[in-house]
Amino acid sequence: MKQFLSFVKKEFLHILRDKRTLFILLGMPIVQIIIFGFALTNEVKNEGIAVLDLAKDQSSGELIRQMDASRYFELRAYLQNEQQIEKTFLKGQIKLAVVIPPGFDHQLRHTNKAQLQLIADASDPNLANTMVNYAGSIVQQFQSTIFPQQQAAYQIQTELRMLYNPQLKGAYNFVPGVMAMVLLLVCTMMTAITIVKEKESGTMEIMLVSPLVPFSITLAKAVPYLLLSIVNIISILLLSVYVLDVPIRGSVLLLIGMSILFTMVSLSLGLLISARSSSQQTAMFISLVGMFLPTVMFSGFMFPIENMPKPLQVISNIVPAKWYYIIVKSVMIKGVGFNAIWKEALILAGMCTFFLAMAIRNFKIRLA
Amino acid sequence: MPKEKAITAEMLTKRFGDFIAVNAISFEVDKGEIFGFLGANGAGKTTAMRMFCGLSLPSSGKATVAGLDIYKDNEAIKQRIGYMSQKFSLYEDLTVKENIRFYGGIYGKSDTYIKKETEILLHQLELEAQANTLVGALPLGWKQKLAFSVAIFHQPDIVFLDEPTGGVDPVTRREFWNMIYEAAAKGITVFVTTHYLDEAEYCDRVSIMVDGVIAALDTPAALKKQYHASGMDEVFQQLARGAKRQDN
Repeated sequence: MKQFLSFVKKEFLHILRDKRTLFILLGMPIVQIIIFGFALTNEVKNEGIAVLDLAKDQSSGELIRQMDASRYFELRAYLQNEQQIEKTFLKGQIKLAVVIPPGFDHQLRHTNKAQLQLIADASDPNLANTMVNYAGSIVQQFQSTIFPQQQAAYQIQTELRMLYNPQLKGAYNFVPGVMAMVLLLVCTMMTAITIVKEKESGTMEIMLVSPLVPFSITLAKAVPYLLLSIVNIISILLLSVYVLDVPIRGSVLLLIGMSILFTMVSLSLGLLISARSSSQQTAMFISLVGMFLPTVMFSGFMFPIENMPKPLQVISNIVPAKWYYIIVKSVMIKGVGFNAIWKEALILAGMCTFFLAMAIRNFKIRLA
Repeated sequence: MPKEKAITAEMLTKRFGDFIAVNAISFEVDKGEIFGFLGANGAGKTTAMRMFCGLSLPSSGKATVAGLDIYKDNEAIKQRIGYMSQKFSLYEDLTVKENIRFYGGIYGKSDTYIKKETEILLHQLELEAQANTLVGALPLGWKQKLAFSVAIFHQPDIVFLDEPTGGVDPVTRREFWNMIYEAAAKGITVFVTTHYLDEAEYCDRVSIMVDGVIAALDTPAALKKQYHASGMDEVFQQLARGAKRQDN
């Protein structure tokens, strides 16, 4: 035990002495949350629109005013003719154009039927879709304000409810994703690198000659990163709650407990990688390409797994981050308890045991 | 019989595929002896030493270290030996004191022992002023002396030194050897590999390895007499002339 503690203490000294790395390790989650929170958002907010108002009457004026007033759109240009539409798109000022035909008000009031054209920049298909939907719902609202009493003979009113995330905030999606990414990166890559570093510098040889048990060498390497990760988990959660307004609906303790479980999976993966690689570059490359990319692709955080071809869906099952992502989303956003996520937790625990066993098996106690 | 012997080897062999790095070597090292292990690069010195330290498993043959069998009692041997590798193996980003603390700690020494011995050690090395300096900032000679002190910090029965003076200037090398004598005077058996032939003269007995076998083993004086040589380098030249292996 005493030997183990000396080792852990030494590991802390290494980490604390390397201020730059420490800064990156603790700063990375904060920066990522902020970048994802404010810059890389797929929400529609104040997109530029242009209007070609050929009617110039009361109704068209009111509709344009309502669109501009919504938080989704911002009126950037009044166009004079059709030729200008494409030009304005090409300049990149707008993402959506609204064309109101002549006699809009007249038609609306006398024939009960008016037409309106929406032209969206579909070079980003998701954005175009969302904008058209939002614009459609503004038109719908506009309709009901001018003819509140009007009732058609048959009318189905759909009432939509977006459960758990009524405002369709992107943060609800990426906070769990960033947590998975940060924990994986810190734990897997850093543990792998520090162990391989000892192999490279020759200090591992001294350790193997010493009475230290190999198991305690690996474990001692993992302890500081586990603590560091807990700090990261807490800072991510604080930022999401207080800066990004993402709620923690379930138990905070359960969330932290599950995060620690995932951290242990990542650590054991790092140990396994270190046992198999002999240079820091190899360790880094395996961690980045072998761990980081699959996490981004297969956790469901960027690309929905349900839409992937079957073989890829099967592959996604071996990516630990996928299960952690499901857990975090369920606990944080849906607010479920342990009985709803025990299966995922069990899978993570199984992976942790497997990787750890492999790491210990592969840890070479002799040089040749 | 092995009670009085620090190290024994009997037909100890290490093969890497077709290559026989160490070919059936047999010898004994007495307790408290300074035993020099000489040979050109690639002669098999380091491989042989690694087998005694438990870093490498022999292909065949028998050996004991501190009276313990290297196959069966590997873990018990580890408590009783110190080791200084070819590569400088202290942590450059830790201070002198922290390094000593760490190595004392992994050998399970108590805090009071570490504290007391650290002061003695720093005093002997005249490193008191540098106690809190990062090891990376020390000159090479000091680093090597510190590494040696750390290797015997837990008071092992036997210390294995793998080319400890590589790249060190002659004055520091002399100082280093004085430290080895002091350790030997305390009863620590010293097993040292080197390819500096002047250092061979400092040893009680030397063995000269050529192509994985021990070509000669005796006191430096006896070897010089046997080969009609004035210095150990001449002895070595005569023996090494027939070597087939060059650098590893």
